[in-house]
Amino acid sequence: MSNPEISIMVFGQLTDITGTSSLQVPLQADSDSMKAELQKRYPALVYARYIMAVDRKPVTGNVSLSGQSTIALLPPFSGG
Amino acid sequence: MNMSVSNHISDRYNRQLILKGFGEKAQEKLASAKILVIGAGGLGCPALLYLVAAGVGQIGIVDHDQVSLSNLHRQVLYDMDDIGKPKASMAALKLGRLNDQVTITPLPIRLQPTNCLGLLAEYDIILDGTDNFAARYMVNDACVLLDKPLVYGAVSQYEGQVAIFNVGETRTNYRDLFPHPPAAGEVLNCAEAGVLGVLPGIIGTMQAAEAIKLITGIGQPLVNRLYTFNVLGYDSYELIIEPTPLSASLIPPDAEHFSETNYDWLCGLVSTEFEIDNSIFHSLLSKENTLIIDVREEGETPLADGFPHRQLPLSLLKEKLQDLEAETVVFFCQSGKRSLQAAQWLKEINGPVKNIFSLQGGILNWRSPISE
Repeated sequence: MSNPEISIMVFGQLTDITGTSSLQVPLQADSDSMKAELQKRYPALVYARYIMAVDRKPVTGNVSLSGQSTIALLPPFSGG
Repeated sequence: MNMSVSNHISDRYNRQLILKGFGEKAQEKLASAKILVIGAGGLGCPALLYLVAAGVGQIGIVDHDQVSLSNLHRQVLYDMDDIGKPKASMAALKLGRLNDQVTITPLPIRLQPTNCLGLLAEYDIILDGTDNFAARYMVNDACVLLDKPLVYGAVSQYEGQVAIFNVGETRTNYRDLFPHPPAAGEVLNCAEAGVLGVLPGIIGTMQAAEAIKLITGIGQPLVNRLYTFNVLGYDSYELIIEPTPLSASLIPPDAEHFSETNYDWLCGLVSTEFEIDNSIFHSLLSKENTLIIDVREEGETPLADGFPHRQLPLSLLKEKLQDLEAETVVFFCQSGKRSLQAAQWLKEINGPVKNIFSLQGGILNWRSPISE
């Protein structure tokens, strides 16, 4: 059985890579596997600068994910 | 203060004086506050307009740039007659006409690590309206060292971010979000990626609102929260910021180290002749007569276990440079900064090594194309 899908919010110029600001991706066990899954789907993410946030907090290590997790990808902005 | 002046003042600020939860006390706090606005551009213009209108007592405006035609779609303090004139002085001139109760100081200088701390120390709150990462990281680090509230704002295309740093029991700063500055060209700026003119108007105005809330103590300022706004769908998102040990380790420990930090170089704006990306690095791994060197100190993680290399910490490297024997030497470290330093040292000794490289982005960004 395939994993249930989870939506991921994508911000800023990362949408140039993903083509959308809301991604639907099969749920992964943790943030590391989610990053790997995203990089498999969007290889350009490997070289992109961004932070992944789970439940509104930036991920610094590896955190487990559930169907209720809110996930976002945020790039840095410099414009003023 | 005589009667007519104080009537004048209560008339000017009447609509906010009669606000429940604001009143004279809040107005007095504004009048005694000192704010430094860094950058009088897309964010700085609207922020300045509202801070001056609201009656912030003293406002400094730092900007070394001149007005250009392509500024006018978003930098609303200027008009066509201002093209070619210094932004800081023109902004001060116009703002002076808006409110003569505010002391406005134009500072048409380039902010640098050598003058930054002294200038920022004179103000209560710093508002970041800069337009590049080198200035943003410099201002961030200076505010951490000075323990100075920083109202951060940034825009790109249709999206903006606002946050307040160095306030509250748990202090956070921009490096808790993005520890290292991106390399040159990695993240496009407004000149490259574009920006909808009204967007910095919204974000700069939000920064002014946050500064006013901080000064007067009203509401819930965006302390340790990064607010993200997209003007196309009016989507907003809030991130909770927490202090990280990495961030703390990256900020210069004191004023002396700060003044010696080259933020342009950190942001890849200077000398990148040595830098190579992941794919070139990967191709060099199998090249003959090539030495790959990890210049990180002992015990640093992640370990580089995917390819053969030597370990030679930067702290011990200088005396060993003469002994390096290879046609090509590739340095790497955590993020690509120390390895760049190593590459520069090796070049300076003019030794037998023909090709000198540094892995851009370091081991943190390294991924073997084969393992994908």
